[in-house]
Amino acid sequence: MPIKSAFTTTIDHVSILDVNANFDEKLGAGLIPDGDLVRLYEHMCVCRHLDEVAFKLQRSGRMGTFPQNMGQEAASMGAAYALDKTDWLVPCYRENAGLFWRGLPMEMILLHWMGDERGNAIPRELYCMPLAIPIGTQLLHATGLAWAAKYRGEKRLACTFFGDGATSEGDFHEAMNFAANLDIPVIFFCQNNFWAISVPGKIQCSAPTIAQRAVAYGMDTIQCDGNDIFSVVYCVRKAAALAREKGRPFFIEAVTYRLGDHTTADDARRYRDQAEVDAWKTRDPILRIRKFLTTRGLWDDAKEAALAERAQRDVAAAVERAESIPPPDRNDFFNNMYATIPPDLALQRDTMQTHGIGQDPSQIEGAVIELPAKTSH
Amino acid sequence: MANLTLVQAINLALIQEMERDERVLILGEDVGLNGGVFRVTEGLHKRFGDKRVVDTPLAESGIIGTSIGLAMAGLRPIPEIQFEGFLGPAYDQICSHAARMRTRTRGAMTVPLTIRIPVGGGIHAPELHSDSPETVYIHQPGIKVIMPSSPYDAKGLLISAIRDPDPVMFFEPKRIYRAFREEVPEDEYTLPLGKARVVCEGNEMTIVSWGSSVVQCMQAIERGGRSIELIDLRTLYPFDMDAVEASVKKTGRCVIVHEAPKTCGFGAEIAARIMERCFLYLESPVQRVTGFDTIMPYYKLELDYMPDADRIARAIEETAAY
Repeated sequence: MPIKSAFTTTIDHVSILDVNANFDEKLGAGLIPDGDLVRLYEHMCVCRHLDEVAFKLQRSGRMGTFPQNMGQEAASMGAAYALDKTDWLVPCYRENAGLFWRGLPMEMILLHWMGDERGNAIPRELYCMPLAIPIGTQLLHATGLAWAAKYRGEKRLACTFFGDGATSEGDFHEAMNFAANLDIPVIFFCQNNFWAISVPGKIQCSAPTIAQRAVAYGMDTIQCDGNDIFSVVYCVRKAAALAREKGRPFFIEAVTYRLGDHTTADDARRYRDQAEVDAWKTRDPILRIRKFLTTRGLWDDAKEAALAERAQRDVAAAVERAESIPPPDRNDFFNNMYATIPPDLALQRDTMQTHGIGQDPSQIEGAVIELPAKTSH
Repeated sequence: MANLTLVQAINLALIQEMERDERVLILGEDVGLNGGVFRVTEGLHKRFGDKRVVDTPLAESGIIGTSIGLAMAGLRPIPEIQFEGFLGPAYDQICSHAARMRTRTRGAMTVPLTIRIPVGGGIHAPELHSDSPETVYIHQPGIKVIMPSSPYDAKGLLISAIRDPDPVMFFEPKRIYRAFREEVPEDEYTLPLGKARVVCEGNEMTIVSWGSSVVQCMQAIERGGRSIELIDLRTLYPFDMDAVEASVKKTGRCVIVHEAPKTCGFGAEIAARIMERCFLYLESPVQRVTGFDTIMPYYKLELDYMPDADRIARAIEETAAY
């Protein structure tokens, strides 16, 4: 018997607004109304400014480790724009732009990276999950969130974000397999930024695209230019339509680039060429929208100057709000451990500043040593 | 002798073991060109190349699972898990396989690997970068667990771990990675696993600790006024109960200090052993100064969570006054 082909496939790549602001009218016309595009552009610039300010806050000791989002703003923001406001956004930690677009106050993200759990107290109506710090774990939560929507007969879907590195974790593969085989309407949105800290993408995936991994799970997939917001919106709408109409998952590989270090604790100069970074700077998602808006007469230098001022003002106000929140009580970490605090834990909380922990205070009466108050950390 | 930080001492131990034994290889996330996120493997990739210092895909279960295979085939892998908070995916491989291979094959197959893991709080790190899970692995039979508190000990213990025929978890307290320097012999040397170190001698009270908490204990003791014997366990399994017993029989009082949560923390085991061996010698209840039974808070409150010299000093006074 001759050997026959059992299966063949192709992976489509979508690019609508390229680096030179050439625009594919056929795919892009009507995709984003002019007014929305201006707002998206303005929002993206504010997010970029926040990124720069956060970096300086870390360097001056006002914030802990911070992962810059620089260069990847179009990806998460395009997705958040294309989805319904009640679809779940399930991020890792380079989706600030999308979360802010959804309505998450900027100071909450700042507060999180300032070492304060209250930054995660996300209002339920925003349908945003808190940042996921371990890699790839949130994909399964997104699958569960979307499963719950299906269970209840809602049209809500979940969109989860992760990097190329996450596609190496077991949880990635388990989530993809669950979603595909149990018909769960979840969008897997991979921000392929080529670097998992210092490890290049080729160590994570030897195939020409990450998108084709989805094919093996029987899942529809597409690759797009993640620095082109039009491409992102196009692909997420396509994915959302499939999810809502057919209840099927969808995989998007958004090709983008981490222009900054992994976090402020990293120094990417140790492991990647500046020439590569410089080349990607010309593909910055912000530059091409500005060029596009300018050629269409929707933007000019005066508006740009006004926007720069507004970005400074908005970000400064967010920093002010984050820094003006009084520090948590010293025993705040006992709260929210359980719906009802167990008695032993309550004793630890109530005696933490006066007694050995959990000790029955009466047992050591007369030996109570008051701790000096801590003034700052 | 060289005046080294903990990071440098570990780096030196790795270099010397790799020079000495070509079966030794390092694998993990960012351990290569980047030299590890804490620079513990700095310069090793350049020195030993891609074959022996391997940046792996981002998958902790994969890192440990393949290390088990490498080790069973006769190599001496030293996998790194980047932070203790990312041990989760590797737990299955460590506890379901590495720990059990010797016993389930009746000794026919063994897993001589050394897993290096930065551990603990106090460096203003993000969530899941500051935990103290050592008890989980002490409780797992089949694993040896080490946590050094000084550069000298780190080098000698790590070399012993690499040469040990069984799986070892080598927890590196990141708070003291660069906190101080110490004279460390440039030549290779080993320190026996399972032997504690008497940091300072005394006869009024015993303090048992390990990892970066040892530094906090020293600060409390240096406030003066009492003759205190400080024991750094160094190896948490197997642990040196003889050293603890000898000291507690001499002093009659004991405080145990660790960063991990109190309930089922390793201090509970030490306290129970003291009851078994020293009951009639005790002048006061064994006291524990530990992390609380909560999730390690984000860094704004981490110093309120971690045992510090103030809390230890108070426990000393409470115990002395009993």
